[in-house]
Amino acid sequence: MDKLIRSRFYKDRLFKGGIMLFTVLSTVPLLLILFYIVKQGISSINWDFFINLPKPVGEKGGGIINGLIGTSIIVLVASVIAIPFGAVIGLYLSEYSRDKLSYWVGLCVDVLQGIPSIVLGIIIYLWVVKPTGHFSALSGSIALAIMMLPPIIKSTEETLKLIPGTIKEASLALGVPYYKTILRIILPMGLSGILSGSILSISRVAGETAPLLFTAFGNPFINTNILKPMSSLPLLIFNYAGSAYEDWHKLAWGASFVLIMMILLLNIVTKILERKWKIQF
Amino acid sequence: MINLNEVLTKGFDYKSITHKSKENKKLANVLRFENIFQKGLGLTGIILIIILLSIFITLAITSMPSIKHLGIKFLYSKEWNPVTDEFGALPFLLGTLLTSLLALIISTPFALSSAIFLGEYYPAGIVSNILKNIIELLASIPSVVYGFWGMVVLVPIIRNIELKLHVLPYGVGILTSSIILAIMIIPYSVSLSRQVISMVPPSLKEGAYSLGATRFEVIRKIIIPHTRSGLFAAVLLALGRALGETMAVTMLIGNSHYIPKNIFSPGNTMASVIANEFTEATGNVYLSVLIEMGLLLFVVTTLINISGRQIIKRYIFH
Amino acid sequence: MENSILNVQHLNAYFGEAKILSDINIQIPKNQIVSFMGPSGCGKTTFLRCINRLHELTPGARTEGSIYLQEEDIYKLSLILLRRKIGMVFQRPNPFPTMSIFENVIAGYTLNGIKLSKPQKEEIVEDSLRKADLWKEVKDTLHKKGTFLSGGQQQRLCIARSLSMKPDVILFDEPTSSLDPISSNKIEELLLELKTDYTIIIVTHNLQQAARTSDYTAFFYLGELVEFNTTQVLFSNPLNKRTEDYISGRFG
Repeated sequence: MDKLIRSRFYKDRLFKGGIMLFTVLSTVPLLLILFYIVKQGISSINWDFFINLPKPVGEKGGGIINGLIGTSIIVLVASVIAIPFGAVIGLYLSEYSRDKLSYWVGLCVDVLQGIPSIVLGIIIYLWVVKPTGHFSALSGSIALAIMMLPPIIKSTEETLKLIPGTIKEASLALGVPYYKTILRIILPMGLSGILSGSILSISRVAGETAPLLFTAFGNPFINTNILKPMSSLPLLIFNYAGSAYEDWHKLAWGASFVLIMMILLLNIVTKILERKWKIQF
Repeated sequence: MINLNEVLTKGFDYKSITHKSKENKKLANVLRFENIFQKGLGLTGIILIIILLSIFITLAITSMPSIKHLGIKFLYSKEWNPVTDEFGALPFLLGTLLTSLLALIISTPFALSSAIFLGEYYPAGIVSNILKNIIELLASIPSVVYGFWGMVVLVPIIRNIELKLHVLPYGVGILTSSIILAIMIIPYSVSLSRQVISMVPPSLKEGAYSLGATRFEVIRKIIIPHTRSGLFAAVLLALGRALGETMAVTMLIGNSHYIPKNIFSPGNTMASVIANEFTEATGNVYLSVLIEMGLLLFVVTTLINISGRQIIKRYIFH
Repeated sequence: MENSILNVQHLNAYFGEAKILSDINIQIPKNQIVSFMGPSGCGKTTFLRCINRLHELTPGARTEGSIYLQEEDIYKLSLILLRRKIGMVFQRPNPFPTMSIFENVIAGYTLNGIKLSKPQKEEIVEDSLRKADLWKEVKDTLHKKGTFLSGGQQQRLCIARSLSMKPDVILFDEPTSSLDPISSNKIEELLLELKTDYTIIIVTHNLQQAARTSDYTAFFYLGELVEFNTTQVLFSNPLNKRTEDYISGRFG
């Protein structure tokens, strides 16, 4: 009897130890990767790094400015497309949650979220690049915009659903038309939620490479024309990482470092905003 | 003189107002806009559905040349000859399945442990928050950075192991990409599994504890059986994610068109073939074959996604 | 009844298949305080919400029968116009959180795009806040957010917001049930002042409140209007046994 209980306690301790061990081990890759990126990346960072174009092999120095500008423009255009569209769909889902159509729209959002990003790249290639005959930053933005829709829609829907129904009733009871109630009262109240969802979606697509491979394609020079091919940080990293040259590897590390810092920053901003609207109600 | 009631009745023909008093006009406009607004909202939902359907239809139509030319051979042939237009996706199908399944096998003990740790042992508090943040951070790292790190850090390690095992020291290959893939899908399985585990009703656990069960026994005999379907869904959704992962795998899998002999061989997945060869594909059939692989990926990940979410919904409402 | 402002005829209300109100016939007199009372679930709040057609917001809700506001059929009138003529104050105070006190009071106008000059706006705001007995307490903080006020003050702010539209009828849905006794008292006194210019309908759970404040009382039970009379008569000499049982506390 005593022996049985002791063995059970022993197993319990062993199990807990095993769980903790494996959990800690799960964090190891992250720490390793971050450590490596910081170590390699920081040595590449200097002022030149940010304002120069990549130099051909053999020449020292060079920078990632084409990638920086490219990522900024492509993500900006994608946001302009995705945020209004996503917010409206989120609004629709929160207001008409009991409609049959609403169920199918919700299903579409889930499916959209799971589509591999390379497939989206293929689609936009077929829809935009092939008909126009050339790669363009705009096509890259459209692909990214589709990827941004699900997070924006979901967080808009969630925030608006949290708003107490009695506010809507108070406005309607004053004789305010429904559409004005939504636009002037409900939406402003949900703004921080919509914003946090938008910034979250930006942080998710900023690092995406696959959808840009056959749309924005990349560009060794600075380009601000969205109808032409454009570089972006992830594309830079992919191209230079795949090369055999040490110099270009250094560039790739620097770019990785910058990219990770950007994403981290966006994540922190999202968290702060989330705290704001989750507490409000 | 206009009867106010008539003006403001719903079915009124706004254009026929002859007595254009400002008040009447304004109210009529408001009613008209009200209608447009409500219909407009529904329209945006429909646009989303149309976009999704268009994606599927586009993939299907542009895969037609490949389907017509190759038929079923696409699935079982291992020829890859752009010159003679003979394509078989078998090596890539195998590569995809191998890497994803291997990644699942590698990641599950770690993901499950973390989920149990966060869902059962430490659901709240500083430790829990730090861990949750670390795992979320894992999900934020771009795929291409994972690939790069893998190239520089992981590949030499694997190469060393291969040397010791007297296998060809490619460094890259199925194993290497599976390892990176495993790391990448951990955050997704942990997040969902943790939620599922923390949803076990306390009354169930307390019943077992009051009978003298140890924590291990409660987890093994009460929590895991109860959450079985939820955990399965979490694994399923992680699998869906792994199947579609492109960049890191492309950089670490070795890009070979042959069927991998063992886990140390180089190989290719459907996604990595598309990534590598899409822009260089010459000829209608070649491109169409790659698109057909994209179609396959789309269909499989969508099915996995929908079933996973259905299972979760059913689990929650139980 | 001469001088009635609301005329309800054969009103039935449904939520899907469930019948909530059966054959309600009532005439609400002008410039009086009418209270609707009855036990929980008797339909009094549903009836209130039928009057300004807020009942229709719930999916699956429908009504049969007619309601006339000063001879106009409210189902033929546009919702927007109707709700400007009938104001509503809710159980829990619900000032708009993103707006200041000033903006809250004038919200009915600004949200409807009705252009007013600054002096016009100030006049309406001051007038409404005075009528709601809130002016003195907030006149120096008009541009602060409405949510900083106490519960009772917020409720009076909501009353001022309804008053600013100059409605004919104001509906109150258990307006004091979430307030402390002192604030409740203030609101009851306010109702007595308001009736000179407006018709007041108040749903209340509180028998004593109905007896104190209202001129007429309607007693509802299980979706039916059981009795409607002057408060004095209904409380001292109820015609219907069910009314008498409710008043003497035998149920409810």
